[in-house]
Parts: sequence; C-alpha cells; structure tokens
Amino acid sequence: MWWRSPSFILDRQQQNDTASLNPEATSVSSPPPSMADTLQNPNPDANISAYYQTRAAHHGVLTSDWLAQAQAAVGRQPEDKLLGNDARAASAAGGAGKRFSVIDEFNSWRKQPDLAEAVAAIRALAAVIRASQATTMMELEIELKKASDSLKSWDTTSISLTAGCDLFIRYVTRTSALEYEDFNSAKCRLIERAEKFGEISYKARRIIAMLSQDFIFDGCTILVHGFSRVVLEVLKTAAQNKKLFRVFCTEGRPDRTGLRLSDELAKLDVPVKLLMDSAVAYSMDEVDMVFVGADGVVESGGIINMMGTYQVALVAHSMNKPVYVAAESYKFARLYPLDQKDMAPALHPVDFGVPIPAKVEVEKSARDYTPPQYLTLLFTDLGVLTPSVVSDELIQLYL
Amino acid sequence: METRRGSGAVPRVRQVGFFTPNAPPQPTGQRARTQSAPLESNSPPLSNSPASNSLSPVMIPPSRHLSENIATRSAAVPVPGRSAPGEHMVVGSYNPSELVLELESPPSRTGDGEFSEETESNLGWLGRSNSGKFASSLPSGGFDLSPVKPPENVGEVEAKKSIQVPEKCVGPVEGVRSELTSTSKPQKAKTTKAERRAKQESDRAAKAAAKEAMQSAAASGGAGKPVKQPSQKKDVPPAAPSIAASERKGPDRPAEKERKKDVPPPRMQFDDKSRVEKAKRRSVVNQTEVRNRVELFRHLPQYEHGTQLPNLESKIFHLDSIHPTVYKVGLQYLAGDITGGNARCIAMLQAFQEAIRDYSTPPEKTLIRDLTAKINSYVSFLTECRPLSMSMGNAIRFLKIHIAKLPLNLSELEAKAALCSDIDRFINEKIVLADKVIVRHAATKIRDGDVLLTYGSSCVVEMILLHAHELGKQFRVVVIDSRQLEGQKLLKRLVAKGLRCTYAHIVDVSYIMHEVTRVFLGASSVLANGTVYSRVGTALVAMVAHEFRVPVLVCCEAYKFHERVQLDSICFNELGDPNDIARVPGRPEVKHLDNSTDKESLQLLNLKYDATPSDYISMIVTEYGMIPTTSVPVIVREYRKEHLLI
Repeated sequence: MWWRSPSFILDRQQQNDTASLNPEATSVSSPPPSMADTLQNPNPDANISAYYQTRAAHHGVLTSDWLAQAQAAVGRQPEDKLLGNDARAASAAGGAGKRFSVIDEFNSWRKQPDLAEAVAAIRALAAVIRASQATTMMELEIELKKASDSLKSWDTTSISLTAGCDLFIRYVTRTSALEYEDFNSAKCRLIERAEKFGEISYKARRIIAMLSQDFIFDGCTILVHGFSRVVLEVLKTAAQNKKLFRVFCTEGRPDRTGLRLSDELAKLDVPVKLLMDSAVAYSMDEVDMVFVGADGVVESGGIINMMGTYQVALVAHSMNKPVYVAAESYKFARLYPLDQKDMAPALHPVDFGVPIPAKVEVEKSARDYTPPQYLTLLFTDLGVLTPSVVSDELIQLYL
Repeated sequence: METRRGSGAVPRVRQVGFFTPNAPPQPTGQRARTQSAPLESNSPPLSNSPASNSLSPVMIPPSRHLSENIATRSAAVPVPGRSAPGEHMVVGSYNPSELVLELESPPSRTGDGEFSEETESNLGWLGRSNSGKFASSLPSGGFDLSPVKPPENVGEVEAKKSIQVPEKCVGPVEGVRSELTSTSKPQKAKTTKAERRAKQESDRAAKAAAKEAMQSAAASGGAGKPVKQPSQKKDVPPAAPSIAASERKGPDRPAEKERKKDVPPPRMQFDDKSRVEKAKRRSVVNQTEVRNRVELFRHLPQYEHGTQLPNLESKIFHLDSIHPTVYKVGLQYLAGDITGGNARCIAMLQAFQEAIRDYSTPPEKTLIRDLTAKINSYVSFLTECRPLSMSMGNAIRFLKIHIAKLPLNLSELEAKAALCSDIDRFINEKIVLADKVIVRHAATKIRDGDVLLTYGSSCVVEMILLHAHELGKQFRVVVIDSRQLEGQKLLKRLVAKGLRCTYAHIVDVSYIMHEVTRVFLGASSVLANGTVYSRVGTALVAMVAHEFRVPVLVCCEAYKFHERVQLDSICFNELGDPNDIARVPGRPEVKHLDNSTDKESLQLLNLKYDATPSDYISMIVTEYGMIPTTSVPVIVREYRKEHLLI
C-alpha cells in the first residue's frame, strides 16, 4: 500500500521494509493436501482454510473414489452416531475426552456430502446436550459453550460454522421457560429445541428452493458462480417444475466448482453453458439474473462468498441485472467487513499449471466480500429478504 | 388575538437561497409581499423596526389540530379538572420545551378519527412543515380550505379569503369546507405550475390561520371563558384535558395515546412573528435577534451573541423559578463553556439531579405533576440559552417517563432518591458504559498500517484512537479541522499520548483523503433514515471519503438515535453567531467585513450542524454493535422498548 502515502516518506520506507519481508513468508506454500488428509486431520495447518478443503472434498469434480467414500459415510452414519453416543455416555462419567468427542461427532456428520458444515456442527452440539452428564443448567450451558468453542476453533475460517454454533447456542438456550422447570424437563426442552433447530437448518435448502421459484420465469438465462448446494437445489426444483431456462456456469477457478455444477445440471437436462471466469462481463447482456450462494451473510447485508462473486455482482449491477443470493439463515454472521481486506483471510492453494517463480506473489484468498448495494434479494429460510433486513434479524437475535 | 393573526397567516413565498429582503423578488414573491402589507401593520415589520430586534424565542404548539375539530369539541369540553397523574405522560416528543405547550392546549388531544388522520399526515410533513408539499399530503377531507386555481391575480384575493375563513367560522366551518373542497376538486386537474404554487401558498396560509383560530378556541374552551392566553407560568401544573372528555372517547383513547407517543410534535418555527412576540413576554433570557437573517433560515432562532450574559448573571439571585444549578448550566451553554453532545447532556442531567434533590412538593400538589412542570420550565429555560440537541431531548424524555411512572405511594424522599438513581444510571449506562463498548467495537476495525481520519473533536473518537494506541496498533491519525479549531485540542491530547498525527484544514480534505484508510466521525444524532446529524462539515468529509471509496464509520451512542427523518440541513439546525465568520481567528487586524455587517444586502450564515446522507456512511458503531445505516430504525425500536422497561 505504499502508493497510499505519497507525502510520508517514512511510512513508505517502513512499509517497503515489511513488504520485503513478506514474500519469503508467503512464498512458502504448502502442497495441496489430499482429501484423505483433510478428513483425518482435526486441526489443519493455519495456512490453508479447512473450510475450503472440506468444500473441495464435497464439491470437487466427481471421482469414483470420492463417491465411494461418501457412500460409506452415509451408510455408516446411524450406527456410528449411536455408538458414539453410547461410548460418550459411558466415558463422560470419567469426564475425559469431552472435547474430542464433539470434533469426532462433527467429523462424522461432516462426511455426509449433502450436509452443510454448519448443520453438522448443529447436530454435533445437539448430541453434546444429549450426552451431557451435567446436573445443573449452568453446567450444561458451560459444557455447550466449550463444545461450540472447540468446534469454532477447529476451523476459524469457516463463517457458517461459527455462525451456526452461535445461532444454535442463542436459539437453544435463550428461553425464559427454562428458569421455572426442574433440570430434567429443561434438558428435554433443550434437546427438543436443538432437534428442531437441526431440522429447520436441514430443511432450509428446501424452503429456499420453494421460495425462489417465483423468480425464475420461462425463457430466462441464469448466471451461476461457483458451486452452491442451495443454488443447485433451486435450479433442480425449477427444472422439476418444468420451467424452461438455461444456465451459464462460470468455471470457478481454482477448484473448478463450476464444472461440477454444470455436470449436475446436465444430468437434469438443463441447457448449460460453461464460461471462463473472465467471460462474465462478455456474456452478461444475455443474462437475466445472477444466482449465487454464500459462505456467510454479514451484518451489513452483504455476503462473503467464493472469490469472484464481487466481480460478478459488480458487472451485473452495472448492467442492471438482479443478483439473487440463496443462503440459509444459519449463515448469518455477526461480522461487518468494511472492505475486502477486513476479513480473516481463508487461504487456498492456487495451481496455475506451470511453476511460478519464487519472486512472484500469488493471491491465495479464497473468498471475497460483496457489499449489499450490489445485491438485489436474499433467499433465506426466513423468507425473501432485502439486504437491509439481515441486520434487523441479527439485531433481534442477538440483543 | 389580533396580533396573533399577524403575518404568520400571510401566504408567503419562501425564497430559496441567499437573497436580500429589499432585492427585487420574483413576481410571485412580490405578490406575496405586497399583499402582506396591511397585515404587517399589526405586527411590526421584521427587518427594520426596533421592536423586532428584541424578539425572543417562542414555542409553537403542535399545529396538528383542525379548527373544526376544536370548534365542535371545545364547546362541549367542560372546565378541565385535574386528571390522574401519569395520564399526561408525554412520550413522543423530541423538543422538550414543546411538551409544556402540548400540555397547555389539552382539548386538542381528545381527537377522534379525524385527529388520528391528521397525526398521520403530520408525520409526513413534520420534517418540512414549511415546504409547500404539506398541503397535498393532507387527507383530502382534511384541510382543503382554500378555493383555488384562479387565474394569476385572483390568487391573492382568494388566498386572503381563505385566511379569513377559519377566523370567522369557528363554528360552521364544516359547511364552508365542504363547499370549498367541492369547488376546488374538479379544478385540480388543470392547474399550471404557478397556479399550483399559489394554491400551496394559500393552503399553507389557511392552515396557519386555522391553527391560530383553533388555539384561541382551545384556550377559551379549556378555561371555560375567553382568556387571551393559556397561563404561561411554568410552576402551575399544566391544564389537563377534562376527564369527562377523555372518558367520552373511552375506546379510542389507548390507541390514540400510543399514536401520540409516536408522533413528535412539530418544532418551533421562528419565522412565525406572532408566536415570537408572545414568547417574548414569558422568557427569562431576553435575547436580541440578529438583523439581516438569511431568509431560508428564518425559522431558526438567531440572537446577538454575548449580549445577555452579564444581565443574566446578575439575575441569578433574583430568580426563584429556576434552580441555581440549572441556571448555571444554562449560562454555561450560553457562554459556550460546555460543548459537545455528551458533555451538555451530562451537565443537564446532573443539574436536574441537583434540582430534584432540593425539590420539595408544594402543599396541595402532587410530586409527579408538579415536578414535571418544574422540569418543563427548566427545559424551556435551557432551550432559550441554546437549542437542545436531540440527545438531550431523549434524555429529558427518559426522565419524564420515570417521573410519570413513579408509584403513587412512594414518599417524597423515596421518589427523589429513585429519580436521582435513575439519572445516575442513565448517565452511566447510556453514556459512560456505552462509550466503553463502542470503543471496544471500533478498535477491532483498526488494523496495523491504517491511516485514520477524524474531523473536529469527538470524545468517542478520541477514546477509540487512544484505546487502539494502547492496544499497540500501529496507525497514523489525520485530524481535520474547521473554523472552530476544535481539532487543535484533540491534536494536542493525541500527540501528548504519542500518536503520530497529521493536521489539516477541511479545505485540504480532498488532497489528504487518498492516503486515508478509515474515517471515524462522531455524531450529534442519528436519524431514522440513517441520516447523521453532526457538526457542520461532517457531510463534506463523509462525501469526500465516499468519493474516494474510504469507509466512513460513525461512532454514536444509541441514546442519540432519534425516530425523526430529516433530508436536509435546513429545516432543523442551529445558527451560530454570524459575526464569527466575518472574523479571522488569531488575526484581529483583519476587518474586511467590519463596516458592512450592518448592511441590508449582506447576510451572514453560520450553521452549526449538517445532515450527512446515509449513502456516505459505511457503518454506525453503537453499543449494540456495528450496524448499517438501514438498521437505525431497528435500534430505535428496540431501544424504546428497553427505555420503557427500565
């Protein structure tokens, strides 16, 4: 940022000094870890965003090996969980390994390809309540807090994970009825609420798909950036409703999530066209609306999403095309980025296919922030919202 | 009555911008002026008569009632009894001094459906009660008094007629109105722009006249006999609407009350001469009006500065209606010793606290009602010294709610103790602690290497900068200053703490802005549409920052949020000493304007505040967290709830 301070030579020197240090630090790039690594490693190294590794595992271009693993994960799930619960119930008396079990539980849920990370966390937290040996409300709350903290620290880059945990704690524990009941019935109530919250979160995608149907009309062209399970659900529902539309998929570099989406859509017999990420402006005048998902919805009403969303939204805005965001309400986060650099960066290996000279820096951030003025509507399970309502909902939830 | 009819009733064409009263106005303006001549003989012309130089502030009672409303009703209203305590709690107002008057003209409160309709429309034009628009925003059945759409020169005659109408037919307005509306309606379609304008003017005049008529009706109706004026003595408990009247409208009342709470009354308009005249009689501070006021800002009070202080200081021991502490604070406001939103608010609250401690209920009066009246008189005194800020209005509202909510069985001592602790808690929770939370929030937005810009001297921003510095963040501060040179004090304190600072004048802001990464601004008040009302120059800084795509953070405690909507800096503002801008600080020898200040053709405008549109603001930092400007109404809503619960 040296060009920002023309009148302050001292600053420039200082910044140049730090800048000269930086390349060495950043040039040490870790090799892209394999998928097996991701799933086993509970605490991935800080340089790479665990969230995006999970996404890559879930959304990457289909391989048979991945499919097999996912199948196995789904098949194994119910017994796994029961076993886990029993084991924890047995071991909890000793009071050991509590922290570990949340992560394990979370990991086992996380393997389901259709289950969002936040929903997995919500389910894991519900399991914590169920398995808890606490005898007072306070104890239980502390336990829950600890579990959610350990989940959050598992991956600090994932916005929806943090937001999901926070919302869960809010939703489950913020009820005045708790004070007037004995502990057991209060705990039952908590479990009930936790299940309900898990259920709501799980169904969110369906709700959003239903809500968005009114906005997709026959003959429209939809531009989609990146792979989002919600957006896929929306398009799938539209296709099932016999709507005639075509979809432009961006390529979604570097993990090529767009290819995956086009793959899925082709299976549904929806006409798809693949674009390079850089061809968005070129094809924008053919587009009737832009649909994107979101990693997180922030308090300003803007979204944090895969790299390139901001760019797409800017182009769409300048050509007066509506930008619709499909996001579940558990992605509402108490964050307020002021600009692109005002977020914890989620780093991401970028492969250019050719070796990059050591002196060249590579932008590795995996996501960007789209300010609310470039978004038209947000489709959430709370309804179709304008960006400014997000903050309203968050204030009501947290105040 | 006659004087009250003064020029307020005259259709006037408001001229926009700076112009001199004697300069040849546009044709429409000319018409309005010539026409107003006969009426002005009643009240002295404003600009050159000596009488008008000693005008004093005035509060204009809410102009939300229809004359026929009063006419039909006030006849039936018996002599007002004393209503139950608490019934009179007035919530929805910003300008506390107006509460007094609100309580003084009670029959207007007992409206029915029509009244509520009026209130709603009131909401619409409150912000710009002077704009020609309001006529059209009224419900069609409401006030289409003026017979309109005549060819050009008939306009004034018609307008005159419409002024007289409400005066004469306090009783049978109904018939006239329906007749008039029926004639005016079909003509509506084919009006030229000039004609529409004429219609608006005459509508406005009619409205003003009707208001006057209504007020006199209210006064006479309320007292049971024709009195010139509702009693102005402040320590007399305000007359209440009769219980009978209120019971008559039983079912409507609660909802109506609610609505009343939600609707802030209109602000005083200082271009209403008759009202100004009247207020002169009762005010403590006899301020002198400045001559050569800018036409666009005539609705705001402007006085000769520094003329009243010695006089008032000598009066401090002779005045028993105002508590000495409050008096002192008022004088400090007047002299400019206490500035800054928080400091003024705290000083005021502490003075009230002191006054409450020394208060004892007079015999045959109840604490709740008498104390409210006392506070009202203090508030109007403080308003005379310097117009209250919106945050102070909120604090006063809080205090009044608490007085009104005191349990009746409480002894005087207990009640006073409860109020004092309430005030303490307000200061502590809403200002001191809130600031701490804001500082914590805002510090998270400062990163190493940032260049932060601030304008003027805001105490919250100063705390934020110092806190971030204590946290060891590496950043540089650009202090932008304006003519008041408040920034120099801030700069001195920051440099003393070891921060790296740059000092620049506001004219340099576009040069310096490109190296800035964050702009931190304080605010006097944040309005419901996200507009930030702050010291003059803030809008300029925010606009330049927006243009350079630099995020603008406004730091403001939630008690300064207000439900009003304001679109410009004109309809509500505060005028400073116009001579300030003629002088150059630090260079007394520069006197280019010294002998021209008395000239009619020169008008000096020194505004104290401006309104920053919400588009230029990226974020508002409050104790409730960091919110976008679109969420201000949410905070106002939630905060009010809490307000009432405490």
